[in-house]
Amino acid sequence: MPRAGPTVVAVAVALPMLAVLAAIAHGAGGADPALWAHLTEHVLARVVANTAILVVAVLALAVALGTALAWLTAACDFPGRGFFSWALYLPMAMPAYVLAFVAVATLDYAGAVPTALRAWFGADLSVPPIRSTAGVIAVLGFASYPYVYLMARGAFLTHGARVLEAAQSLGYGPWAGLIRVAIPLARPWLAGGAALVAMETLADFGAVSVFNYDTFTTAIYKAWYGLFSVETALALALLLLGFVAIALAAEQVARGRGRHTAADAGRGAPVRLALTGARGWMAFAFAGAVFAFGFLLPVVALVRWALAVAPIDLDARYVSYILRTLSLAGMASIACLALALVLGYANRLSSGLLPSVAARIATLGYAVPGTVLAVGVVTVLGGVDGAVRSLAGGEGLWLQGTVLALLLGYVARFLAVAYGPVQGGFARIRPALEDAARSLGLVPREILTRLHLPLLGAGVGTALLLVFVDVMKEMPITLMTRPFGWDTLAVRVFEMTAEGEWQRAALPALAIVAAGLLPVALLTWRMERAARTA
Amino acid sequence: MRLELREVSRSFPGVTALDRLSLTVEAGRIGCLLGPSGSGKSTALRCIAGFERPESGEVLAGGELLSGAGGWVSPERRRIGMVFQDFALFPHLDARANVAFGLRGHDRAARQRRAQELLGLVGLGAEGGRYPHELSGGQQQRVALARALAPRPRLVLLDEPFSNLDADVRTELAQAVRAALLAEGATALLVTHDQREAFAIADEIGVLRAGRLEQWDAPWKLYHSPKTRFVADFVGEGTFIPGTVLGPGRVSTELGVIEGQLTRDQSPGTLVDLLLRPDDVIHDDASELHAEVVERAFRGAQFRYTLRLPSGATALSFVPSHHDHAIGERIGIRLDAQHLVGFPRGWDADKE
Repeated sequence: MPRAGPTVVAVAVALPMLAVLAAIAHGAGGADPALWAHLTEHVLARVVANTAILVVAVLALAVALGTALAWLTAACDFPGRGFFSWALYLPMAMPAYVLAFVAVATLDYAGAVPTALRAWFGADLSVPPIRSTAGVIAVLGFASYPYVYLMARGAFLTHGARVLEAAQSLGYGPWAGLIRVAIPLARPWLAGGAALVAMETLADFGAVSVFNYDTFTTAIYKAWYGLFSVETALALALLLLGFVAIALAAEQVARGRGRHTAADAGRGAPVRLALTGARGWMAFAFAGAVFAFGFLLPVVALVRWALAVAPIDLDARYVSYILRTLSLAGMASIACLALALVLGYANRLSSGLLPSVAARIATLGYAVPGTVLAVGVVTVLGGVDGAVRSLAGGEGLWLQGTVLALLLGYVARFLAVAYGPVQGGFARIRPALEDAARSLGLVPREILTRLHLPLLGAGVGTALLLVFVDVMKEMPITLMTRPFGWDTLAVRVFEMTAEGEWQRAALPALAIVAAGLLPVALLTWRMERAARTA
Repeated sequence: MRLELREVSRSFPGVTALDRLSLTVEAGRIGCLLGPSGSGKSTALRCIAGFERPESGEVLAGGELLSGAGGWVSPERRRIGMVFQDFALFPHLDARANVAFGLRGHDRAARQRRAQELLGLVGLGAEGGRYPHELSGGQQQRVALARALAPRPRLVLLDEPFSNLDADVRTELAQAVRAALLAEGATALLVTHDQREAFAIADEIGVLRAGRLEQWDAPWKLYHSPKTRFVADFVGEGTFIPGTVLGPGRVSTELGVIEGQLTRDQSPGTLVDLLLRPDDVIHDDASELHAEVVERAFRGAQFRYTLRLPSGATALSFVPSHHDHAIGERIGIRLDAQHLVGFPRGWDADKE
C-alpha cells in the first residue's frame, strides 16, 4: 500500500538538520574578506595543524589503550581482571573537559603534584609541562579510550575463544592469534570505536579550551564571541565539517570489505590465557594505572575540592544551575525520544528510500561538532527572525536566544543517540507481530501504543537516559545559544575553569560525573550480562 | 462465513506467485491449500488477510468484497483471524492477555471471560498466566489459535501452523485444532506443504502448483482421483505403469485387465500411464504374478517394498511387517484396485 504519511513525517524530522547544514554552507561564503585574510594568514594554518595532530595522536593513544585493555580483560586472566572488566568503562562518565581541568590543576607548575615532587627531590627538578600538546593528547586519549575498549571488548568476547581455539589448532599461540586473527576480526568494531574517538576529538571544545590549545572549535568560538563574525565562524565550521567527512570516509575504508558476523559466538566459558607471576602483575599495573589516571584520582581530587568549596559556594545559585540543567536535559531527552520514535515508526511503516535517507540526515548530528551546530542553529533562527520581522514588523528576536534555539541545537546533536536504541528496539520486533495485531483489528495508532511502545520499553529508557546525560555534559551548544541567565552545570564548569578557579569548578563537575555514571553502569551491566549468557 | 476467491493474481519481480486462483470455502468448513514451498500458498493467505494486495481478482468473505476492482478493506477491518507460522505471540503479554488482545468492548470482565473460555477450549485453561517463553511450542501454537478465534472472526487463516513443532505432537495437535475450529463454528483456511496435516484437519484440499490450483476436492478424492500427474505425485505415494485402453474404463496392463477411470475419454488402443498406489498392490503368495524386491523400508507395522515388475516398471507395496522379504527376492502380488487413474502417455497438464 502506498503511504504518504510516513515519508512526509520522516522528511519533516530531517528538515531542521538540513536547514542547519544548508545555512552553514550558504553563510560560509559571506565571510568578511579582510577578516578572512587575517585568519588564513595568522590562524588557519595553526588551527588545521593542531586539529590534525590532535586527532591522529589521540586516535593512536585511544586505540592502543582500548585494544590492549580489551584484550587483557576479554582473553587473558590476571589479578583483578574481574574488577577491571567493568571498572575500565567508568572513565566514560568523565567528560574530557573535567579530566582536562583536573590534570591542569594538579600537574601544572603550581599544582599539587609538581609541588610535592619539588619538595621531595629539590626545587631544581624539572617536571614536563602539562600545558603542552602532549598534555592535551594524553587527556583526550584517556577520556576517549573507553569507546575503543567497549567496541573491541564486545568483539573479542563475541568470537574470542572459538576463533582463538581455531587459531591454536592451526599452530598459532595466543599472541600470534591476537595479531593474526583477533584484531583483524575485530576490525569493523575497532574502526567504529576509532570513528567515535575521532568525532569526539574533533568536536571537543571544553578540554582544548582549558589547555588554550587552538583547534577549529575554539577558533569558531573566538570568531563568534571575539570577532563577532558569524560568517567567519560559519566558514570555519564548514572547514571543520570537511574534517568530519574525511574521518567518516576513513572509517568506511578502515572497516574493510570483509563481511563479519558474530553469529558463531562460542558456547560456554571462554578459555582465557592465564598471565602468571610478573606478567600478571604487569597487566594489573597497566590496567590499574589507566583506571587510576582516567577515573579514580580525578574523582578523588574533585571530591576533595568540592568539599573544600562547598560551604561557601553551595548556595541558592546551585539550585538554579541544577534545575536549569535538569529541565533542559529533560526537555531535550523527551524531544529526542519523541522524534526518534516518529522517525523509527515512519521507517517501520514505509520501506521506501526517502524515509531512510531522512533518518540518515536527521541523525547526522552525532558527527557534527557542537560549535558547528550552534552557529548553524543561530544562523537559521536568525533568518527566521528576520523573515518574521519583515512580515510582522518590530525588532524582536523571536527565536534566537530562546530555549527553543537551545533545544533545537540539542535535538540536532543528540537525535542519533536516541535513535540508535529506538531503532534497535524496532528491529527486534518481528513484522509478524504487527501482522498479528492487524489481523486482530488494531489500527496503526493502536499498534504503536499497544504493541511497539510496550515492547520498546528498555530501548526507550536507554534512549532517554543517554540523551539526558549527554545534554548535561554538553558545553559548546549551551554556551553559544543559551538564553540570558540559563547557566547550566557545564556552563558553570566552563566559566570557573576559564578563570582558573579549579576548586570551584569541581562541584558542578562532580555532579555531571555522578549523573554520567548512570548510563555507564547500565551499559556495563548489560554488556557483562550479555557476555555471561553468550 | 463463506470465503470466495475469484481469479486472484499476484506477482513479484520475476515470479508469478498466484495465477488466477479461484476457490470457495463454504461457511463452517475447513479448507486447505497444499503445495510445495514456492507454490504461492502463503501469498494466497496473505492476500486473503490483506497483508498483500492482489494485482487482479476479487476476495470476498460472506459476500462482502474485501479486495478487488471495487474496493479494498484494510487487514485490521477484515475480521479475519490468523495463526502465524512462528505463532507471533506478543512476548510482553501472558497467554490470557494475548488471547484477549483483539477483544473489543468496555466490559473487562467479559473480555477476560471470553479469553478464559478460549484457553479452556484449546486445553490451556490453567496456563493463562504464563508468558510465551514459558510455554512449549505446542502450547504456544494453541494460544495463537485461541487468540485468532477470540474475536469471533469471519474466517481463520492458518499459515503452516505445525511446521515449527516436533513431529510427534503434530498429529495430536492437528486433531485438537480441528476440534477447536469446529467447536467455534469457524470457517478456516490452512496452508501447508505436509499432506498429513492437510488430511488431519481439512474438509477440502486444494493442491497448488506455481500459483495455480490443480485440483480442489475432498482429501479422499484427491488421493484416489487425482486430476493431474502433479497431484498424483504430490499427494500420497505411487508409481505409474503403462497400459492400453481396451474400452471405456478398461485398461490392459502387465498385471492384467484393470477397471479404472480415466482423466478424459480415451479411444481403444490409446497408451496410458496408470497410477498405482502402494495400497493397491497386495502381497499374495498364492498369486501367479511375481515381482522382484529392489528396496525395502521398514515402517514398524509394515514394510514399504519397492518392486520391479516383469516389464521393468516399478511399483510400491505396503506389506504387513511380518512378511519379511530380502532384496532380490521375488514375491507374489495382486492388484486390489477400485480407483485406478490413468493419464494419456506423454500428456502433462502443463502442456495443455
